[in-house]
Amino acid sequence: MSFKATARDIGDATVMDLSGRITLGEGSAMLREMIKELVGKGRKHIVLNLGDVTYIDSSGIGELVSGFQTVRTSGGQLKLLHLTKKVHDLLQITKLFTVFDVYSDESVALASFTS
Amino acid sequence: MSGQTHRVEVTLETLLESVDLAEDITMRVADAAGFDEEQRYRIGMSVREGVINAYQYGNQAERDRKIVLTLELTPEKLVIRVLDQGPGFSLADVPDPLAEENLLKTSGRGLFLMKAFMDEFAVNPGPAGGAELVMAKRYPAVPGGAQPAK
Repeated sequence: MSFKATARDIGDATVMDLSGRITLGEGSAMLREMIKELVGKGRKHIVLNLGDVTYIDSSGIGELVSGFQTVRTSGGQLKLLHLTKKVHDLLQITKLFTVFDVYSDESVALASFTS
Repeated sequence: MSGQTHRVEVTLETLLESVDLAEDITMRVADAAGFDEEQRYRIGMSVREGVINAYQYGNQAERDRKIVLTLELTPEKLVIRVLDQGPGFSLADVPDPLAEENLLKTSGRGLFLMKAFMDEFAVNPGPAGGAELVMAKRYPAVPGGAQPAK
C-alpha cells in the first residue's frame, strides 16, 4: 500500500491523515515536503494521524523527527495520533516515545496545543 | 528437520527498488522457515535496513556497485548476510542513536534496529573489501513449528 496523506484544518491546528508505508523513497520525502509546506503557510499546530500507517522504517522514523524539528523551529508543535502497535514499538525502542507527544484521541490531541 | 543448510544468494543493483526486493525475498524465505508474522516483520525490517545501509552508506547510491544478499537456512537458525562494495566501517565508530545528543538526529537508527530485531548481529570486512553485515535469527522453539524449508 503506497503512502497517502491528506490534511484537515481544524481551527488553528492541522490534522494530517497518513496511510500506507513511510519508507525510504516512498512516503518519507512526501511527508517532509508536506510538513514544510504547512509550516510555510503558517500552520504551526500539526497532528500526524498514523492510524492507517502500515509500515515505517528508519527513514520514516527520521522523517517524523525531521517534521518535529521543522515545526518546533518555527515555534509550533507536532503531535502524533493513533499509533499502531508496530509504530508504537519502534518509537519505544528508539526512545523517541519520550520526545513526541502521543495521543489516542484526536480531540484531546487538538486541545493539548498551547499557543 | 533435514539437518542440511539451504542457501539463497541474490546479487542486487544499487537501486532503491532493491530495498523492497530484498525485503520481499527475505519475507518469503522467513515464511517458508516457519517464522510467525511478528518475527517475519522483524527479519524483513532488518534486511531492509541492511540493504538501505549498503545502498546509502556503502555503495553511496552508485548503481554499478553490487549488493549481495545471502540467506542461509541452517538447522538452527536463519543466517543473513548483506555485502556491499563500499569502504567498509566498524560498528564501534557508529554513534549510539539512543544517546541524548543523538535522539533528534534524522538518521543513524538502521544498524540499531538490526541489532534490536535479530538474535545475532555483526559487521565484518567483506572478503574483497566493503562491509558485510551478518545477522541471524534462531527458529522459534515451537514443537512442529519452525522448520527450515526443504
